[in-house]
Formats: sequence, C-alpha cells, structure tokens
Amino acid sequence: MTPAERAKQPPAKVPRDGPDLTGPELHEKLEATWENPPGFIGWLSSVDHKDIGRRYIVTALVFLALAGALAIAMRLQLSKPDNDLIGAARYNEIFTMHGTTMMFLFAVPVMQGMQVYLTPLMLGTRNTAFPRLNAFSYWMYLAGGALLWVAFVLNIGPDMGWFAYPPLSGPQYGVGKRVDMWAQMITFTEVAALAAAVSLVATILKQKAPGMGLARMPIFVWATLVTSLMVIFSMPSVALASGMLLSDRLVGTQFYNPVERGDALLWQHLFWFFGHPEVYIIFLPATGFVSEIVATFSRRTIVGYPIVVMSLVATGILAFGLWVHHMFATGLPRIGYSFYTAASMSVSIPTGLQIFCWIATLWEGRPRLQVPLLYVIGFIFTFVIGGLTGVMIAAVPLDLQLHDTYFIVAHFHYVLIGGAVFPLLGAITYWYPKATGRLMSDRLGKISFWMIFLGFQLAFFPMHIAGINGMPRRVYTYPAGMGLELPNLLSTIGSLVVAVAVLLFVINLVVSLRSGRKAEPNPWDAASLEWATSCAPPKYNFPHLPIVDSRTPLWDAGEKLPVVHGLRVEDREVLLTTVMSAKPDLREPSAEPSPWPFIAALATSAMFISSIFSPWAVVFGTVPVAVALTAWFWPKSPKPEREPVIS
Amino acid sequence: MSSRFRSSALALALVAALCGCDREERQTRGKPLGETVPASASPDTVFPGTGKLPPLDPRAAAYEGNAAAISEGQRLYNWMNCSGCHFHGGGGMGVALMDGKWRYGGRIDQIAASIVEGRPNGMPAWRGKLTEQQVWQLAAYVRTLSGQVRKDAVSARADELSNTPPQTQTKREPLSPSDSDQQ
Amino acid sequence: MRRGGAILPFFVTGCSGVQTMMGGEGAEGANFIQLFTVFMIVCTVMYLIVAIALIAAVWRRRNAALTLDNRRHHESSNAVRPALIGWTALIAVGLIGLTIASFFTDRSNAANGSNPQLSLTVTANQWWWDVEYSSPDASKTVRTANEIHLPVGIPVEIKLKSNDVIHSFWIPNLAGKQDLIPGRETDAQLLPRKTGLYRGQCAEFCGVQHAQMALDITVESKADFQRWYAAQLQPAPPPANPLQRAGYNYFTTRECGSCHNISGTPATGQVAPDLTHFASRRSIAAGALPMNTGNLYGWVADPQSQKPGNRMPTVGLKADDLHALVAYLETLK
Repeated sequence: MTPAERAKQPPAKVPRDGPDLTGPELHEKLEATWENPPGFIGWLSSVDHKDIGRRYIVTALVFLALAGALAIAMRLQLSKPDNDLIGAARYNEIFTMHGTTMMFLFAVPVMQGMQVYLTPLMLGTRNTAFPRLNAFSYWMYLAGGALLWVAFVLNIGPDMGWFAYPPLSGPQYGVGKRVDMWAQMITFTEVAALAAAVSLVATILKQKAPGMGLARMPIFVWATLVTSLMVIFSMPSVALASGMLLSDRLVGTQFYNPVERGDALLWQHLFWFFGHPEVYIIFLPATGFVSEIVATFSRRTIVGYPIVVMSLVATGILAFGLWVHHMFATGLPRIGYSFYTAASMSVSIPTGLQIFCWIATLWEGRPRLQVPLLYVIGFIFTFVIGGLTGVMIAAVPLDLQLHDTYFIVAHFHYVLIGGAVFPLLGAITYWYPKATGRLMSDRLGKISFWMIFLGFQLAFFPMHIAGINGMPRRVYTYPAGMGLELPNLLSTIGSLVVAVAVLLFVINLVVSLRSGRKAEPNPWDAASLEWATSCAPPKYNFPHLPIVDSRTPLWDAGEKLPVVHGLRVEDREVLLTTVMSAKPDLREPSAEPSPWPFIAALATSAMFISSIFSPWAVVFGTVPVAVALTAWFWPKSPKPEREPVIS
Repeated sequence: MSSRFRSSALALALVAALCGCDREERQTRGKPLGETVPASASPDTVFPGTGKLPPLDPRAAAYEGNAAAISEGQRLYNWMNCSGCHFHGGGGMGVALMDGKWRYGGRIDQIAASIVEGRPNGMPAWRGKLTEQQVWQLAAYVRTLSGQVRKDAVSARADELSNTPPQTQTKREPLSPSDSDQQ
Repeated sequence: MRRGGAILPFFVTGCSGVQTMMGGEGAEGANFIQLFTVFMIVCTVMYLIVAIALIAAVWRRRNAALTLDNRRHHESSNAVRPALIGWTALIAVGLIGLTIASFFTDRSNAANGSNPQLSLTVTANQWWWDVEYSSPDASKTVRTANEIHLPVGIPVEIKLKSNDVIHSFWIPNLAGKQDLIPGRETDAQLLPRKTGLYRGQCAEFCGVQHAQMALDITVESKADFQRWYAAQLQPAPPPANPLQRAGYNYFTTRECGSCHNISGTPATGQVAPDLTHFASRRSIAAGALPMNTGNLYGWVADPQSQKPGNRMPTVGLKADDLHALVAYLETLK
C-alpha cells in the first residue's frame, strides 16, 4: 500500500481504557504491558519507578546500618579517656566512612528513593519521566557505594574526614589512593542524584493528573520539586571540586596548591556551596513527609498551604546563600561574614513558619496519636533544638568558639536525625501499607519510637556539654580530667539504645512483610492520590488515571474519583498535562524495560574506577560508554498501524 | 540473589587486583629495627665473570612502591636538604637523580647504602644521623624520581613550586651504570 | 525541657577546666559567655513556646474541630492569621535582636584586639606548634614549641601560619579559634585577663595525630613573664656530669640533631620542635604526655608507641644511650 492509500484507511482499533474496557479485563491487559520481562535480565531491566524507589530505599537502609555500626565503634572508643580500643589511623577511617556514608550514601539517596517511589503515585500517573535514566541513576548509586565500601574493607578507605579539606587530601598529604576512592565515589553519587532529580522535575511539571495544578499538588510533591531543583544547582559544584582534586592528585594540576597560586580555600568554597544546600536537600523532603502525615492524622488539610509552599521555595533559594558559615574560622573579611550571619539567621524564618502551620493543623484538627504522628511530634521536639543551636552558631563570635567541637556534632545530629530521620521513619511506617499491602506492627512501632527518641536525646544532648568543655571534633581520644568523661559515657550508652531501637524498627519492617495486618487501600483514611489505588499498587499504578479538583481529592471526590479514559493499554503510555493548571496536553509513550541503563552504568563505572589509576582511562573508557548510550537511545522503528494524532 | 553475589565477587577480585594492598600499608615503626643498612648491598654495578648482583634485601619489599614510605621520603628529602645538591631530581652540585644513571647502583638497597655510607665527591654519610627506616623511605622516594616505581604509589606533585612534570607521568628511565661519565 | 536540670552540674564541672569555653579568662572568651547566655535565653524561650504549643495542640479538648468528619477540613479558625503574623513578627524581632547582639560582641572583640603590645608567630606543623616571639631586636626573639607564656592584661597579636595542612589555633578559655592555612597568614588577638594554666588544642582535622596536638598556655604576671622570657633567651646550659655529657654527645652527633635545635650546641635542626628549654615545659609532644622523667623515657625510647604516626622516628636506642639522653634533656630548663 502506498502511504497515500494507507492514509485513507480507517484508523486501526487501538485498545484504550474506557467505560468499555475496565475491571479485570483492563487489569490483564495493563499488567501485561507494564510488567517486567521475566528472569534476572528482566529484574535488571526494570524501569518501574516503584522497583527503583524500593531498591534505593533498601540499599540506603543497608548503608544506614553499616554507617551506624561504625558510629557504635566510635562511641565505644570514646566511652573513656585515653582508650585504646581503636587506633588513630583506623578511627580516622571510621569517622570518615561514617560521615561519607551517611551524607552521600544514605541521606540523599533515601530521600530520592522515597521521592521516586511516591511522586508518580501522588501525581496520578503511571511512571516517572525518563524511566531509563531513573534506572541508570540507581545503578550508579550502587556502584559508588560499592566502590567506597569495598575500598574500606580492603584497607584503602578514605581517612581525611567526610569533607576532605586539601592540603590534607591533596597529593602530598593524602597518601595513596584513599582520597581518590572517596572523590570518585562523589562523582558516582552526584551523577545518580542529578539523574534522579532531572527525572523528578520533569515528572512533576508535566505528568500531573488533569486538574492538579501547581496549587493543588501535595506538599510532598512541592518538596520534591524544590529539592530536585536544588540538587541540579548544587551537585555540579561538588563534582567540580572533587574532579579538580582528582586532577591535582593524578596529573599534578595546581588547583589547591597555594605555592603555585592555587588556594586551599577554593575547595572549601566549592564544597560548601554544595554542602549547605545538601543538608536542605535532606531536610526539605522530610518536611514534605511531615506535612502529609500531619494532614492525614489531624484529619484536615494543612493550615496555610500557600505559606508552607512558599517556605519550601524560600528555604530552597536561601540555602544557596549560606555556605560561608562553615568557614567563619578561616580568616576571610569580617564584613563578608556579616552577610552570611544575616542569611543564616533568616533561613530559620521559613522553617519557623512551617512549624507554625503544622502545629496549627494539629490544633485545628483532631490528632490521632499513631506511630507516624508520634515520629512527627518527636521530630518537632528534636529538630527545633537543632535549629536553635543553628541560630547560635550563625553568629560569628559564638561560632569561633563552637566551630569544630562536639557542640557542632550535637547540632547537626539534632537537625539531621531529628529533622530527617524521624520523619523518614514515620514516613516509612505511613507508606509501608501502600508499598507492601500490610501494616507494620503498632506495638513494636511505638516501642521503637520511644527508644529511638529517648536514646537519641541521651546520646546527643551531652555532646553539647562535651563541646563546651573543650572537646574538638574528629579526635580518637581525649585526656582525662577535662570534664569529658561523663558526657562521652552518656553518649555511648545513648547510642547503644538508638542502635537497638533501629534494629527493632528493621525487625518490624521485615517481620510485618509476612505477618503484618493486611491493609485496605486507604488504611489511614488519607487524602492524596496514592491511596486511590490498591495497596501494593499494580505495576501500572492506576487502572484509570484520576482527575482531581481539590487539594484533598480522596476526601472531596465523593463516591468515586473521576478518571481519564482513552489511554492505550497495549503500549506504555502516560498523559502529559500543562505545567501550571494541569490541563490535559499530550499522550506520551513511556519507556519500555531495557538492560541498557544497567550496561551503561557498568561502562561508566569502569571508566570512573579506572580513572582513579590512570588519566588514559577517561579517553579509552568513553568507548564502552558511547556504545552503551548508542544502544540505549537507538530509535524504535515506527509502529505499523497509524492513527490520528488527536482522537 | 546468587547472581548478585557472583557479580560482587568479580568486582571484589577486580578491585583487589587494582588496590595493591602493599601500596597502602602504613608502618609507623619500620620493621625490623636495625642498626645499619645491609652490608650486602654492593655498590658495584659491574661484576667480573658471570657474577650477578646480590639478592635484594628483604626489607626492600616494605618500602619499594609503598605510598606512605614514598611520601615520608619526599618529606625527608626536603627536610634534610637533599634538594640543596640534587635539586628536585635534576641535580646541581650533586648528581641528577631523575636520569637512569647510577654510579653506585640504582636498586633501592644500593641507594639506601649510598645514603648511609656517603660517597666520594660530596655525598655525606647519613649513618647515625637518620634512622634506618628514614633512609629506606628516602631511597624509596629517590627511586620514584627516575620513574622506577609503579605510578599508582606516587603522588603527582608536592605542595610546592612545580619543578618537574607530574611524577605520575615520569617516564621510567632504564637503569645503567654511569662509570663512563665524568662528574 | 530536658535542658534545665541537666545543664547545671556539667557547667559547674566545666567552669574549672583548663580547656573550656566557660572559663572566660580572656576578653574574647568572656564576651563569648555573655553572648552565649543571651542566645540561650532567647532560644530557650522560643523553644518553650513551640513545645507548649505542640503539647497543647495534641492534648487539648476539642468541641468543634475543623476536620473531615464535619466536612470542614478546608476551613481554619479566625485565630490563625493573627497568630501567624504574631509568630513571624516574634521570630523576626528575635533574630534581629540576636544579630545586633552578635554585631556588638564582634565590635567589642575587635576593639580589644586593636592595640597589641606583644607579637608572636605560631606556625603549625603536623602535629606540633612552633612558637616564636618577635622582637624588633633580632637577638631578643624567643623560639619555643608547644607552649605559650603570656603576661596578663596585655593585648597580644598572634600571626598564624602553617607548614603543611590546615590546622586551627584554639584556646577556649581565652578566645575563639582561627585556622592556620598554608599559603596564607591569618591572625588572632588575645587579651588574657586572669592568670592561670590553660590548654589549647588544634581544632581542624589535620591528620592521624590531630587528637594529640595541644599546647600549654601560661598566663602570668608581667614580672613573671619577663623572668621567663629572659630565661628563654639563654642558650642551653652545658652538661655537668659524664652521663649528661654522653647524652649531649649522642644528641649532637646522632639522629636527634638532624631535626631538633638546641641553642648553644651543634644540634641545629630546624624541622622539629626547638628543645633549648625543653625541660621547663609542662608537657611532652604537644600535650600528649605530662612532663616527668618516666614519660620522658617512654617518649625518647619509642615515640611511635605514644603517638603513632607522628614524625619523630623510633630510633631503637641502646639502654645506656637512653639514660644519657634523658639525663641531658632534663638539664634543659
């Protein structure tokens, strides 16, 4: 047939979901279209956001456990003065690995994992944008984490602190390949984070359910959007800094060599330009969790939705203007410091407004004190202490005493554990029934919460005192007679309590998979779209994509949620909507499962790892990467049947 | 997943091959403590008949290609003012250390012997002025100046004026006796 | 909540410490305590407001909540808006007040350090402190290591340099810290107000023995300081008996003199701590060990066991040499 004749043919009948194709018949067709290919290759090829999100979360929790074990080792060494449980060199490796793992391999990936899992469900779509990029990001993350930990186990792990200041990390004083292992791990995790962030931004802007304009998105989705944009703007800075460090160490460039007109402080600026937004990248998704949990468990919408959203955006923007507060002791001009003091103080205003909105929501609503809400309450009590010590160290005269002491260690654990881990544990408990179809044990959940909350206070509050009594950071031991024995002993006991609590939480996670109470689709009676589908959502998320007309669709929609009809069921297809008011715009094919992201990640890993040893690897290593990317992007042949663009 | 274990075992083997654990070994005391560099390290490079160089001193293995030893050696090179005569390998009043020409032998134990015993025409004897461990560290560093050591144990530069191309790019000079050179 | 009761005993212990921020024996240290107290009061008040509001929100009796159950989940009561405005205003006023307080403290610290009458240069190395007192007359400069003596009430300026990596100079009883960065010269100002013995410590991770890089500070009366200074200007006393002479011979002809300097002897190494008046110091190895005969034996015999990874090698001394060396070192007062 000529193309002209073919054009005159009536359109072929493409099966689409609709009133005539629904129920179990629809489920069968959609399931066939959206499932993974069988076997191990199928498992490797998955581009399903739920698989990727789950992998991210499980891997991140493994790293949490590993880094937590290192923390216990440190605490045992510091439990008494002049202890010789762990020697100096090994201790330095341990604290470096603890910090690096927690910051790069746990905190950001677990938040991104939760975001990747939840965002398409909350938006009412079938998958993220760029599914294969998403898959690639997970494999890169896994490779980076494996690189770091294999290096540690083989005694070539980094030992210069998680922020690796040159010249200590430079070619002269950073002996061997330890620093390079660390710096290259940064490259891996930064590529992974960027890839996931790009995918999330595109999903949020273009794949929202019809009617879900920006002003109707769940707050967690707003937090994801702001965080992902922050990742995109900040990660390149640390990638550049670590690339320059690798270059100094491998080929003798002079970026950080003060004698040849480089500057040791250049590293600090570049690193902290990333490092400060990094902590908000960890914190803002946690505030998203809190908003969702508070709304659900108060049985009302968040009070002041626009305030919360604007606070998220303001925090995200302001976070980029604070980084010099990590450098107050370096002798830069004082007038410059005043700017950063002012900015650091003012970043607490948006967070203070969010706290108001959460407490107002609890006040106006009818709170049900279940485990996720307990974690939120624990979060407020704990995070606010950390935030207030943060206000203290924003002042230069105070920071010059408190910087690089255990006071700072206490501060950042209060904001990171209180501000990110507590909401995370609450969020895991909250969304566990959605992901697995079963509820976590309530009793064990309450016991874990109280143990971790009280154990945390016991472990970290005395560190404020230790810092004030003169204990600097990153010391493998301390002398007796300085008033440090009691705070350190209490911290050690507290850390053991926290360890047991985390273990109980993990046991709860694992055991509830088999024996937890079966969950109905909306066990908490929540309002957002992810609760509209079955617990353990099907591969295709929703049988019909929902339409929304309020911020709390499940609460306002009445008997049944209105849905979209007309999407293909035998090919992967998602609906694109406009950015601002989410009017239906286009139908877009969604990527099929493919092993090429995994293979591309392998090729990239080979290139990165071998470039630790030779600069030629960057040249030769691009060949397999190019091959993998070419295969990945090889265009599909056009489909045999034609149909009108608009139907 | 068994395939996961397989792939991780493969990865482990790869990294183990690359890591070179002896590169990263850090000894604080140096073993064993001895008084002098071995007398068996003959400075001769030419032997009558079919004679060969005596076997390498077993202590050499702990220093040759060890990143920590090379780094300490670099530090001692500056501290003991070796650069005062040898510059940063190019030589001045002292012989060049970057070329492959060794009048008294370019093996690590021969270099250590030269440092300890001193040599005619101005090389002072460091016996008793530096510990044996320090001498071996210096010898390990000097070996890298002519590119004799695998590049992953060497640092590209020190935090000082750039006098030479990066050490990770140094070409390996073939060792040869320099008896014919006038000095 | 948790703060009030627990703090007091800790602070009381801290107050009498040699390395504590609560000492306040220097001008900047005293300013710190004042400002810290202001911040603590403001922050505690804010925390109590949040905590009480949260507890009240969770536990209050509700007659007409605005929830899903009565289909009023989108409404909020009239009190929210004024409360929000009040809360924002409170935070803003609080932060502005704290910033102003911080500014005034900064100005006070700058004023205290504006007219130094004594000048030192501290050069940090891995893992010890090189201290040099400057003087317009070159023959009156004093070089020592790991300790600083200061006259009370005299503002001091300290130039800070580093020979290798980034360190941080910190004497919490007297003042805040300042980093020593290779390639730059930073400076610190001290104005000690009370005599006493204090301890400082490096506060920027600088390598394997960062934890044992401390220094001893003695703040004394002007007369005592001048007496100490005059004693430091003297060269080392000659050995008085055969054992000390044997130690002197070993020191000046063997490994020790390659790195260490003792003024008035042939041992003129510049890369390790100056030992001219070593025995007058309070500690060995940058605060790692208190100065006494036993520790001296242990240190000289095997520095790597006390401070593994530090730059002083274990020589493997014979027993006679060890006795002789320690006997000689103890004369270096």
